[in-house]
Parts: sequence; structure tokens; C-alpha cells
Amino acid sequence: MLSYAIRRTLGAIPTLFLIITFAFFMMRIAPGGPFDGERRLPPEIEANINAAYNLDKPLYEQYFIYLGRLAQGDFGPSFKTKDFTVTEMIASGLPVSIKLGLTAIVLALLIGTFLGVFAALRQNRPADYSVMTIAMVGITIPTFVTAPLLTLLFGVYGVHIFGLDITLPVGGWNNGALRNMILPVIVLALPQIAVIARLTRGSMVEVLHSNYVRTARAKGLSSWRVVTRHAMRAGLLPLVSYLGPAIAGLATGSLIVEQIFGIPGIGRYFVQGALNRDYTLVLGVVIFYATLIILLNLVADILYRVLDPRVRYD
Amino acid sequence: MLMRRRDFAILALTFALAACGPNAEAPTEGAATEMVLHRGNTAEPESLDPSQTSTLWAAHIEGDLFLGLYTEDAEGKTIPGAAVESSVSEDSLTWTFHLRDHLWSDGTPVTAGDFVFAWHRMVDPKTAAKYASILYPFKNAQAIVEGKIPPSSLGARTIDDKTIELELEQPTPFLPELLTHGTTYPVPRHIIESKGDAWVRPGNLVSNGAYTLSEWAPRDHITLVKNHRFYDSANVKIDRVVFYPTEDSQAALRRLRAGELDTQDPLPAQQIDWIRANIPEMLKQSPILSLDYVVMNQMRKPFDDVRVREALNLGYDRETLTNVIYRLGEVPAYNIVPPGVANYPGGASFAFKDTPKAERIARAQALMRQAGYGPDKPLRTTYMTSALPDARRAAAAVQDMWKEIYIELEIVQLEGQIAYARLKEQDFDISAAAWIADFNDASNFLFLLTTSNGGLNYGRYSSEEYDRAFKAASGEIDLAKRGQLFLEAEKIALRDHALITRDFRSTRTLVQPYVKGWIPNAKDVNRTRWLSVERP
Repeated sequence: MLSYAIRRTLGAIPTLFLIITFAFFMMRIAPGGPFDGERRLPPEIEANINAAYNLDKPLYEQYFIYLGRLAQGDFGPSFKTKDFTVTEMIASGLPVSIKLGLTAIVLALLIGTFLGVFAALRQNRPADYSVMTIAMVGITIPTFVTAPLLTLLFGVYGVHIFGLDITLPVGGWNNGALRNMILPVIVLALPQIAVIARLTRGSMVEVLHSNYVRTARAKGLSSWRVVTRHAMRAGLLPLVSYLGPAIAGLATGSLIVEQIFGIPGIGRYFVQGALNRDYTLVLGVVIFYATLIILLNLVADILYRVLDPRVRYD
Repeated sequence: MLMRRRDFAILALTFALAACGPNAEAPTEGAATEMVLHRGNTAEPESLDPSQTSTLWAAHIEGDLFLGLYTEDAEGKTIPGAAVESSVSEDSLTWTFHLRDHLWSDGTPVTAGDFVFAWHRMVDPKTAAKYASILYPFKNAQAIVEGKIPPSSLGARTIDDKTIELELEQPTPFLPELLTHGTTYPVPRHIIESKGDAWVRPGNLVSNGAYTLSEWAPRDHITLVKNHRFYDSANVKIDRVVFYPTEDSQAALRRLRAGELDTQDPLPAQQIDWIRANIPEMLKQSPILSLDYVVMNQMRKPFDDVRVREALNLGYDRETLTNVIYRLGEVPAYNIVPPGVANYPGGASFAFKDTPKAERIARAQALMRQAGYGPDKPLRTTYMTSALPDARRAAAAVQDMWKEIYIELEIVQLEGQIAYARLKEQDFDISAAAWIADFNDASNFLFLLTTSNGGLNYGRYSSEEYDRAFKAASGEIDLAKRGQLFLEAEKIALRDHALITRDFRSTRTLVQPYVKGWIPNAKDVNRTRWLSVERP
């Protein structure tokens, strides 16, 4: 197992290197540069700026300068937010995205698996159909619809139930105050709940019909023990492989949710950086994101091995 | 990994409790006596160093932090700032400014040296200041930016700690107006010399304006607090102002409605009808010094032909575009220099301004026929525009308008950055473009069409007659005569159909009725020092 993990980690290095190289050159192939703005700059000013950011050097030279800095852990200054380095920006945005993303995924996991198991146990009965219908709706309604709806409801109009005033902030991070997190977490979690519920139901239905579950039942185990001890262990396996990328995706921030709620996570950096041609920022986020995906996939594979003894990595 | 019922119950309870908690805290926390303003401010500033910024949203924050020799009053008009006295030499080439006694927010006196240091820094090629060209009226500025001579040769020097002498390249009657611009702000030399580039960080940055930097949470908010050492701090009412980068203007409107924001710029254009119907009192509009226009690439055929340019101009229905598509209070433009520009008589317009639409089309068709086009032989060309929803709809409307005058228009929608790159390379036929003035002077619009303006003259209109007229006006010292000469130049460009003007924009700010003192103005500048928050 350990040698497997080491082999996988070493194998990731060339992958990462290729990703950096591709990202670097693809950013440069995109027309327009970081300093092409609404106003055309006088040529002498453009020349000064290009010199200040090494943009006047040949592309391959810029590439090696970048790699050299990277080797020293320096992602360079952001081209567009000049008062901060890329490292500082990732360091300030990442905790926000992680806090939001992990809360959402934990919430989604709890509710999603519960709903999935619940539906599987009542397969093809009204309860199953209603849960799965709701889940389907959850998958199809995009976050850019749920977010404005919820903010209008809970922020602008305000909800009053039993004399309680449930009014929530419409936007802003407020250093991660719980009140500010509720709406974005719900918006992020809803589609995940739906996906997880469907995944869980599907595999649980299969597992519940398998021989070893029948054996367990035949032994006279209680229904609760059969489900929690035997069926769920296998039934949750597909979820494990889904969770790796899902966690990476949520932890690196959602552009739409961050934009709508004005949350300073790194999802916005990535997309705005790409649109602004903020080369260093985009590369920094790409490298970070790629590393995270590689790591989480590795963790998912190892977990898989732990949960399912039939899986071998030799 | 296994889910327990208990976990779920606890989590559900936590959320329920959190959600149902009493909503005692108002959107603005803090002491009851503290007056706070929450400003929705478009986007994250690229920096707070005046040498590194070029956006309006950065200028809004810097203008609260720093005080130039001149500044803006509540209506955006130019008034003395750090300068109390000025005099001009007879040839109008040397100005002398006497500074008011005032302090940086750390208590160090602001000196003439801080201004001259800031200007040297601005034109130094190593600073790579994007907006250094604003200082080009200063003697030698351009040559310094070009790296030909050292920054110390700039025509600015200190006479004593409180006196600055400024030499100019040519008479610049609008100099006070120019000296309100962020690129001319003083910077704290003593901090920059000890902290280097980190001088703009909270904790390091000291300022001489009404406010000083308290906190910068990247992409979340920037908080400024009242500078008690500001010379006029007794009249500054708001204690704390928070700027939010509100890229999503629709979300910002919801935050405004929820009372989380007190002002928002810009308003979401898609919701202008809803805004007019429901919160008209929040809409603060005034024409601004700007021009939306369409450029025709005169390096390419047939746009070198004035008949084709005139036909395009005639067939371009400004009223439909502003009243039906953009609807944000724009004024249809039949000339280049917007109303309200200082020291400018105005009055020029395209000759067809009062011609009815049917006649315009008939004349345009005739011109196109003369140029060799017709219903069976349409001019096939492309129109480049941004991918914003309104721009897309406008492009479709233009496509329709010009179909009548035998033009088959293909719409090319590009992301902003790519479109600018193509404008720069003259890689387009026809393109939408926009200009927002840097300072309140006719020259800041008319220079867009001079032959020597390689960068911004996207369509490469080139006329010796126009260049001569522009030069004559620029060199004139008498303000009234100068305005008249610029008017002559504008008339030449309109006669030549050098461009297609669309409209002059309006400010697009929403302001809560309890924010007092917000006067929309042509410069779109509302310094927080003139505002107050009087919640009911």
C-alpha cells in the first residue's frame, strides 16, 4: 500500500509538469495581454510595463524564468492585483473556499446518503419516487437560479415563521460568520445532495439484492444491523470515488456562488484571472488545483482499497 | 464514513438555530455614534498606489485617501486641495503652487518634496506607471517615460518646503483640472523610502486626504477610516467607509435592497425598468464626460471613402439604440465633445442631425450607390463588439439598420481583452468603442482623432487639416479663443465622418435615500468627505 502511494505520488510529478507547461503556453496563445485595457497605452508606456514584467523577453525565456521562480516556491506577483503576490492571494482565498466547500460537502454527504439509503430501502415505493424526483430537480436547477431565489427570499423579503425573523445576509463574507455562510452553503450543497442521494440509492439497491446481504438477513440479524454493517459498507463505494473530485471542486471554490454572494474565495480568482490575462494568478491556481485533484484522487483510491478488500493495486 | 442519525440531527439543529437566531444586529454593526457608509464599488482595485492604477473604482478609493493640489467639491467641480495659492507666468509655461500646512496621517508634514517625489516616480520608466501620460503636459515628462533622459530632469522642482514650481511643455489652461487626477497625488516619501513596494499595505500606508486605510481583505472589502489629521476633518461626517468589489451588479442590487449596501455603482443594466418603476429615488443620473462611438477602419476599403462613412452615419439610428436598447439615460450623440465640457462653446453636430429618418436613409442609399453598392451588390463587412448582452442586442439592431443601406453585416462578438488587442492591431472593419475622459477638457476627446495618436485613434482617421486645427487650438492660451479653435477642429472631423458617435453616457449609480450629499456629476466623482448617512 505504501509503495503504491509513493509510486502514485512520483508518477504525479511529470503530470504536474505537463500541466504547468500546457497552462503556461495556452495562456500566452490566448490573444490579448494583461495590459490591453479599455485604453490603448502609448507605446513607450507599454514598453516600460512589458519590461517591468519580463513580457518583452522571448516566450521560452519567460517560461524558464517562471519555472526557476516556481522551483523556489515563488508564484510571482499578480499582474492585476499588484499589491499582493499570487501566494498571498491563494493563501487568503483558499481558507474561505475550503471552509465553504467542506461545510457544503459534509452537509451534502449527511443528507444525501441518508436520502439515498432511505429511498433504496423503499425501492419503487412512493417514498423512493418522491425522494428521487426531488433529487432530479436538485440536479437540474443550476446554482445561478437557486442563489438569487434564496437571497431574495431570505435577504430582501425576509422570512417570518412562528414569529421568528429569519433574515440572512445577502452577500459578503464577514470573516466567515455563520450567518453569512448559511445561504452559500445551502446553494452549494443542494446539487451535491441530489447527486449523492442518487448514487447511494443506485448502489444500495444493488447491494441489498446481493447474496451476502441475504445471508446476513438469513442469520437473523436485525434490519438496522444488516443495512449499517453490511449493505452500506459496499453500497457507499461509488460515493468514495465521486467524493475525491467533488471535494477538490468545492474546495477550490465555485465561481458562481462566490460571485453572487461576494465571497472572497479562489474560484473567482481563477475565472477573473483568465479573463484578465493575469498570467501568474491563473498559473498559480492551476498548479494548486491540479495538485489537489491528484492528491484527492490518490486518497480516494486508497480509501477504496480500505473499504473493499477485493480491490488490489499490484 | 457511516452516517449516524444523531449527527444529522445535530447538524440540522445547528443550522436551524443559526438561522432562527434573533436578527438584532443591523447590517451596520459598530457603535451607535459611528457613521458608516457601505459603497458597492464595481471591482477590486488593481492597487492603491496611484502610480499603478487606471480604473475608476481604484480612483474612488484613492480620491478618499489622497489630496492632490486640486480636488473635487461635492458636485465634482475643481477646487483647491493641497494648494492654497497658485500663480502663472506670463507665457503660461510656469506655474507656482503654494501648499497649505497639512499633515500625513502619521503626523509628518506634507511637503513640496512629497509632490515632486511622486511625480518623478510616476514618470520613471522603472515604475512602469500605466497612466504616466497624464503628466505629459509637464516639461520633459514624455522624454523621461521614453527613457531618453533621467526622471530628475522633469520640469518640477521645490522652491522651499511649501512651494512647487512646475514648468510645462505648452500652455495648459486646464492644469488645475488635470491636477485633480490621481496620477498627480503626493505620496509619502518617508514611507516609500523605508518600506518600498509594501508602502501601500494597511499599517504602512499613510495618506493626506480625508480618510486613511484601515483594512484590505482581498476581493472582500477595503475599509477606510476618518483621518483625524486631515485639514478639514471637522467637516467630514462619515467615520468609516467600506468599499466592496461588486462585480455581480444584480447581486449587488439585492444587497442594496437588503440594506447591506448604501450605494452601488454600476446598476444592473438588465434591471433598469424595475429600478425606474420601484426605486426611482435611488437612481442618481447625470451625463458624464464620455463618448460611445463606432470606429470604421480607414486603413481598409471601403471605409477610406467618405461617402461610405457618411452613409453608415446616416443609417445609424442613435435614438433607437439609446431609448430602446441601452435605456440607461444616455444622450444620443451627434457630435464628439459632450455637453458640460469646461471652456468649450459646443454647438457642432453632424449636418443631418435634424433631417428626418426617411430622408437620411434615402441619402445614405444614394451615397452607397455612388460608392458602387446596391441591393444586388451589398457591402459585406464585419462589426466587432463585446459579448455583453446589451452590446449583442445593439449589434443586432445595427445589423438591421444598415441592411436598409445595402450592408450585410456580420457580427463578431469578442471577449473584451481580445477586442482591444484587435482594435490595437487595426484587425477589424467596424467596431464599437468607448471613451471616458481623463480630465475635463475638449482636447481629451478631440485628440482621439489626431494622426499622431497612434494608440487610441483606432480607425486611423488622418487629416492634415484636422491635425493643424487641433494643434492651433492646443497652443492657444486664451481660454475662449482656445475653445473656439477646438470647435473648428471638431467641425472638420464631423464633416469628414471620422467616426460614428452613438451617445454620451450617464452615471449609473444607485444611492439609498438616507445617504445625503450625493450629487451626480459629469466627472462621476463623489468623494466620501462630502457625504453623510442619516438613517431614518
